[in-house]
Amino acid sequence: MVKQKLVLRFPSSLVEQPVIYNLIKNFDLMVNILRADINPKKEGRLMMELSGDESNFRRALEWLQKKGLEVMQLKQQIIWQEDRCTHCGACSVICPSGALVLNRPEMTIRFMEEKCVVCELCLRACPARAMETLLDSAI
Amino acid sequence: MSVQRTYEEINQKIRDGKVVVMTAEEVIALAEEKGLAKAAAEVDVVTTGTFGPMCSSGVFINLGHPRPRMKIEEARLNGVPAYTGLAAVDIYLGATALPPHDPANADYPGQFKYGGGHVIEDLVAGREIKLEASAYGTDCYPRKKIETTFRLSEINEAILFNPRNGYQNYNVAVNLGDKTIYTYMGILKPRLGNANYCSAGQLSPLLNDPLLRTIGVGTRIFLGGGIGYVAWHGTQHNPGVERTPNGTPKVPAGTLAVMGDLKQMSPKWLRGLSYLGYGATLQVGLGIPIPILNEEIMSFCAVKDEDIVAPIVDYSGAYPQREPGNLGFVSYAELKSGQININGRTVPTAPLSSYAGAREIAQTLKGWIQAGKFLLSRPAAPLPSVESDLTLKPMPQRVLE
Repeated sequence: MVKQKLVLRFPSSLVEQPVIYNLIKNFDLMVNILRADINPKKEGRLMMELSGDESNFRRALEWLQKKGLEVMQLKQQIIWQEDRCTHCGACSVICPSGALVLNRPEMTIRFMEEKCVVCELCLRACPARAMETLLDSAI
Repeated sequence: MSVQRTYEEINQKIRDGKVVVMTAEEVIALAEEKGLAKAAAEVDVVTTGTFGPMCSSGVFINLGHPRPRMKIEEARLNGVPAYTGLAAVDIYLGATALPPHDPANADYPGQFKYGGGHVIEDLVAGREIKLEASAYGTDCYPRKKIETTFRLSEINEAILFNPRNGYQNYNVAVNLGDKTIYTYMGILKPRLGNANYCSAGQLSPLLNDPLLRTIGVGTRIFLGGGIGYVAWHGTQHNPGVERTPNGTPKVPAGTLAVMGDLKQMSPKWLRGLSYLGYGATLQVGLGIPIPILNEEIMSFCAVKDEDIVAPIVDYSGAYPQREPGNLGFVSYAELKSGQININGRTVPTAPLSSYAGAREIAQTLKGWIQAGKFLLSRPAAPLPSVESDLTLKPMPQRVLE
């Protein structure tokens, strides 16, 4: 069993193809879509948790890449710039997945990227703008 | 016989390297363990700190005279307008100032990516700042336009002068409405989705000297990473509010006007902030030492989060409409636990003022005093306190013909 959070970038030529259907039907994988931004005839991106048998998983990634989709690991998509963080705590009630938490009693912020679902709410909720995404520059 | 100390005795101990300093957090345990009398006898100085957004902040700048000379009428620093209604090359840059072309809330909720607070952070960091200025021209100041750049080290004066900092207590903000609102108290989710607060509580300067027995005009302080002074009571100073038996106000009360030399300060403790849907501001690091002149002052410094309360205020209705009243009171210990109870509902809390920063400021100030680098100053004049007749007045609103 493998389980990974991935970001798929679709070139505009592929957004109208049933990629997820194929992942389930041909590779017997479980797909949990976290977020998607797909528009007809435009570049799109999809964030998902993909799990299943290891060899099927590897074959699926190869198939995706061969089709022309860019596949990235999700955990690198949101970056906590610790030197920008003032540990105010404002993000801690905005982050829906518990990735940004206020440690008590230290009252310092901790970012657990494995819990991050890349909703990007923190980007604008952080007054010091300590959260950064690579996706904006990637798209 | 209970302990009595003078400023002079404390300063002599600082010079002799014999002073005993604790932070307002550390002293709580000591007072609980040994009692107030012994704690007062042992400790000479208690240090406090706070590191929160403080909108009423800004910098007076003297740019130096260009050749030919110019009486600046309009000035922008990195595109952000500064106030120029002073002498020729004196300007004031406020923390919440925005570039004229910022879409603000026309693109709701506005992002306010770069404003006065960010310019102040860039300035104190030593980065190059672009100046664009224009003028009508006079016989003695003929120049009408200039575009140049400068750094903090190249100008005559940069004086941080903040008319209102260090609020003694603050509201806990909630949203009773049906949609998310964007406020200076952060993002407030609908139907009591969260409760945001903004005070260092037991470490906060004015909550450790609730009746202003030691903090006054001329008190030497930690400001923005440098040494500053209390200049006056702050705007909206309102000491006559309801208090708990330990003297701390139950609602926002005292404030401080503070000033200091920006050239001594650090970008670590002056940070430009962007509040979604609200505006730009500045996060200011402020720390004040409290001389333990007697046991009563130690009793104030030993106050703990459990014993300081703040009012819960609805920012979807009561606050913007300036309606009185609140949804009850909650202690800072409850707020810091991560959730509070409002009308039977559990509501997650978040601070906007960095408690970790407040703690570091109090520790830094303690270190300065222990190292003999920072002497305590006796106030030149007290600030108005509970016995004053100061009240907080709303704006006069008259119907004009």
